[in-house]
Amino acid sequence: MRKHKGLKSAALALAAFALIASACGSDDAAEEVTEETEAATEETTAPLPGAGTLACMVTDTGGVDDKGFNQISYAGMQRAEAELGVTIDLLESSSDADYAPNLQSFADKGCNITVTVGFLLGDATKAAAEANAGLNYAIVDYAYDPPVANARGLVFATDQPSFMAGYLSAAMSQTGIVGTYGGINIPPVTVFMEGFRKGVEYYNTQKGASVKLLGWDGTDGTFAGNFESLDDGKNIAKSQADEGADIIFPVAGPVGLGSAQFALESGGKVKIIGVDVDMSVSNPDAAEVYIASVLKNIDAAVFAAIKDVVEGSGVTDNYVGTLANGGVGVAYTAVPADLQAEVEAIGAGIADGSIKL
Amino acid sequence: MNETLKSLRFTFLAVIAALFVSAFIIVITDIEALGDGNFGQAFNTLGTAYWGLFKGSFGSLRAISNTITGATPLLLAGLAVSSAFKAGLFNIGATGQMLAGAITGLWVGFAFQLPPIIHVPFALLAAAVGGALFGAIPGVLKARTGAHEVITTIMLNGIAGFTVLWLLKTELFKREGRDDAISKFVEDSARLPKLFWFMGKRIDLLAHTGFIVALLATFAFWWLLRKTTLGFEMQATGFNQEAARYAGMKTKSLMVVSMAIAGAFAGLAGGSEVLGLYGYASGTVAGDIGFDAIAVALLGRSTPIGTLVSALLFGALQAGGRQMQVDTDVPIDLIIVLRALIVMFIAAPLLVKAIFRVKGDAKAFGQTFRGWGG
Repeated sequence: MRKHKGLKSAALALAAFALIASACGSDDAAEEVTEETEAATEETTAPLPGAGTLACMVTDTGGVDDKGFNQISYAGMQRAEAELGVTIDLLESSSDADYAPNLQSFADKGCNITVTVGFLLGDATKAAAEANAGLNYAIVDYAYDPPVANARGLVFATDQPSFMAGYLSAAMSQTGIVGTYGGINIPPVTVFMEGFRKGVEYYNTQKGASVKLLGWDGTDGTFAGNFESLDDGKNIAKSQADEGADIIFPVAGPVGLGSAQFALESGGKVKIIGVDVDMSVSNPDAAEVYIASVLKNIDAAVFAAIKDVVEGSGVTDNYVGTLANGGVGVAYTAVPADLQAEVEAIGAGIADGSIKL
Repeated sequence: MNETLKSLRFTFLAVIAALFVSAFIIVITDIEALGDGNFGQAFNTLGTAYWGLFKGSFGSLRAISNTITGATPLLLAGLAVSSAFKAGLFNIGATGQMLAGAITGLWVGFAFQLPPIIHVPFALLAAAVGGALFGAIPGVLKARTGAHEVITTIMLNGIAGFTVLWLLKTELFKREGRDDAISKFVEDSARLPKLFWFMGKRIDLLAHTGFIVALLATFAFWWLLRKTTLGFEMQATGFNQEAARYAGMKTKSLMVVSMAIAGAFAGLAGGSEVLGLYGYASGTVAGDIGFDAIAVALLGRSTPIGTLVSALLFGALQAGGRQMQVDTDVPIDLIIVLRALIVMFIAAPLLVKAIFRVKGDAKAFGQTFRGWGG
């Protein structure tokens, strides 16, 4: 008998709850209508092309607040929401096992474009694109070869702005020695270092100078072995400074923050070139140590992909961010105006092809 | 009303209570709607969220597949915790044992060329043995030196985690062309077949026959407890170690054997993830499963059927939570809150009894082990 009473009260409570919920639900229908009319009035004043387009993003295991490419990619989503009026949605992956189900959920929801972040999602994104021919996909830092009809890889010619940064560093070095190092010896990292090396070399041939580069010789160099340890960044910067380098270009994510810390403690003797984003902005605690940053405008590429979907031109080809299309660039923080103009001219030369890397 | 039904009813009531509390959380955190005084909107969010939770866990074949996929490792790792509980041991080391099993299963998976009918069982056996050997370590430490298994299993989790990260970067395990901690793929012949293979090539049905393995393991656990001398002796040691020793049981070797059995279950969890779900191993292959398994075992009162039911519940919450997040702005993190609430209500039987006005004795509800001694 007891059990009946217990279950009954639970059932009653549930029923009461359902009643409240449904009552409020009907209330809500009316409110929704008013909201829709409100939205409609807004639309008449500012018609946005992306209304009705659903743009979704699946992060890798770093999550959307990783201060790295997930976060920058999401900034591109938010820009599309503000400027194009698309609706955005986000799913974070907590392990490899989440990639396929997350993509599936967004396919079910009918996301017109799903942006995935990082090469870890390469296979899952391809599979989703092939299974959902009517939907569009874009993946950051991954290119499909051969291309997938409805999936665009977003990759970046980061050697171009790194070349400019190399030239700039060589020109600004007091000691005639500059340094660079990487997180791990993988192509996405070394492409920065190689561009930087060529930029230094270009300065030497143009100006008859002999600025020396530490940490990368074109095939091998200095690597922290990780993307996490600030101590490693500090130690590498210290050893390069001991060898005479006064400008250092770390291509190692958070490790580079350790080098910035070292530069801060050096009292202005060592300066840093930021990477991926304008680090004088993203790392305000050490803003004064940055003279410039090499930019990889992932947000712009994500935005462009969403815009292409909104405009109906599709996402067939891979996107390569270059100086010419603004996908990569250089942010100047403490560079003399005449040198900045000189470096910009080199950038223009790379963009129009007159300077070959 | 028999014991099992009674405990299932309590679990059900605890879930209902937790859903109520979570409902309040969903409503009061819908700041935007509440700020506008739009209570209807907030309740509508709630309705959509819980409908998504249901739809994503049982609403379609895919949802059921996702529930099973999530429940499989939780069930096996849950058995690892439950079986140790039964012997009076608190096994926090399911994560480490899973990793050990994942690595041995992975190695057999890619290092041999065998027909599937032999390769799959061989790889699973390797996973179970790997987990058992690793699980036995804290058992031996406790039997020989008295080192508490809570401390040693936690420490061994760390050791296993970093050993696996290192192993995955060695030439033996490393995947061609990758420098991060990710292994090569196992041979197709070692892959656990899909559970819904008869549905054709549907890539969205991720559930694999690791679930069958987990069900067999659950049955084996029941059989061990009910039908074997070893199981009886394990439980006797769990109830009262001194009395068990006085009765002539070798309690020290029982500790080692119990931990080895627990490790074997967890090893199978790691192995079935590698051979069934992923086809490879990465540093995150065990994830938080080893810790969630403790909640699964607590919720299931360490019984075979209870562990099964609570693993399915947690798997369903995980699968449904994803749908909930897609349908509303309610983040999947709410599922963690919901699970915590369920465990809390389970651990506080008097509270549940008071809320639902259930009369009767609050008999050892949720008491799956006798505290930290042993």
